[in-house]
Amino acid sequence: MTALGLYRPGTSPLHRAPGGLKLLLLLLAGVGVVLLHRPWPVLAALVAVVLCYAVAGLSPRVALAQLRPLAWVGAVTALFQLVVAGWERAVVVVGVLAVLVLLAALVTLTTRTTELVDAVVAGCRPLRPLGVDAERVGLVLALGVRCVPVVVALAGEVRDAQRARGLAASPRAFAVPLIVRSLRHADALGDALAARGVDD
Amino acid sequence: MPVIEAPGVGHRYVDRVVLAGVDVRLEERRVGIVGANGSGKSTFARMLNGLVLPTDGWVSVDGLDTRREGRAVRRRVGFCFTDPDAQIVMPTVAEDVAFGLRRRGLSRAEVRERVDRVLAAHDLAGHADHPAHLLSGGQKQLLALASVLVTEPDVLVMDEPTTLLDLRNAQRVSRVVEALPQQVVLVTHHLDLLDGFDRVLVFDEGRLVLDDVPDVAVPYYRKLMA
Repeated sequence: MTALGLYRPGTSPLHRAPGGLKLLLLLLAGVGVVLLHRPWPVLAALVAVVLCYAVAGLSPRVALAQLRPLAWVGAVTALFQLVVAGWERAVVVVGVLAVLVLLAALVTLTTRTTELVDAVVAGCRPLRPLGVDAERVGLVLALGVRCVPVVVALAGEVRDAQRARGLAASPRAFAVPLIVRSLRHADALGDALAARGVDD
Repeated sequence: MPVIEAPGVGHRYVDRVVLAGVDVRLEERRVGIVGANGSGKSTFARMLNGLVLPTDGWVSVDGLDTRREGRAVRRRVGFCFTDPDAQIVMPTVAEDVAFGLRRRGLSRAEVRERVDRVLAAHDLAGHADHPAHLLSGGQKQLLALASVLVTEPDVLVMDEPTTLLDLRNAQRVSRVVEALPQQVVLVTHHLDLLDGFDRVLVFDEGRLVLDDVPDVAVPYYRKLMA
């Protein structure tokens, strides 16, 4: 099971804020934070984001769970930057990454997917003359969010089956069934969407 | 009850014939479909909502052709799959139920009212904001069913909805199905679910080999599989 970026019901100001506004602020914050080049402002941004989690009524454990998938990338990046550009640069790069991931997760944790989809659909509507199907973009977003726990669960099942057969060290024995099962799931999901009239 | 017509229906994937010579008219409240794996029963079930189009003959629901009027057919015929995980589209329970009501021109209040009603009817009201993937297998199948029923279809086609469930959850789903006012076409390997059904179709090797009441069709099928 995964605790990544899934909506947690609540009544905080962050939960009540419109989804479109939150997406816009996320975009602005994303642009703003990459302009930071010194460690202290980055650390201040990190503290501010953690405070936002508190305002949303989300525990530090939930915030940490969002960063867990970043652990390896963060460690390798930090080491590389430390060797190549020094500790200040390492703190800035890894700190910015953490802020971005935490902010994006905060939006999905405090916003129903339907609301996010509606906001994206509304945002994409002006692009219709260019051939953009706004509803389709919204659906892809919803399916993306929905597929994270599904693929994580599939990976867990494949890993268990792999261990049961004594193939724990084989990346191929892990990757092949995971890809096959993911594709089969995608196929079945396509049928389900068609049955529910999505393509009509 | 709606009338489903399928005269001279068949289906082939390139050169492989998966279904041939099916000729039925279904107007009973409860219709069961049984057959071994690969017998063509799921292909036939999928034809009823236009998911699979026949390569021979045609299928219609209340006069609506699945090929020409697929959209209208899908609005009338709900479809429930074996694996609920593959049909849950949205991350949370209430959102998934509401998903089927998008583009139906309903107000937010109407959508909420319908969603609340369906969730309550399926013992899922307390799970409205829960992540759908954290539900038990039985609850997921009930959610899948609720997500179809919220659209108020006239016909419900179910393709082995209890195959992945334990006995308790299978009986739970069975009770829900029993109480539905809609016409139900149920594909199943659980033969006890067919008690009280009006009619059972037996498929074997891509052909409809028997079409009778359960008291005749179920023993025939058991013998066929022995």
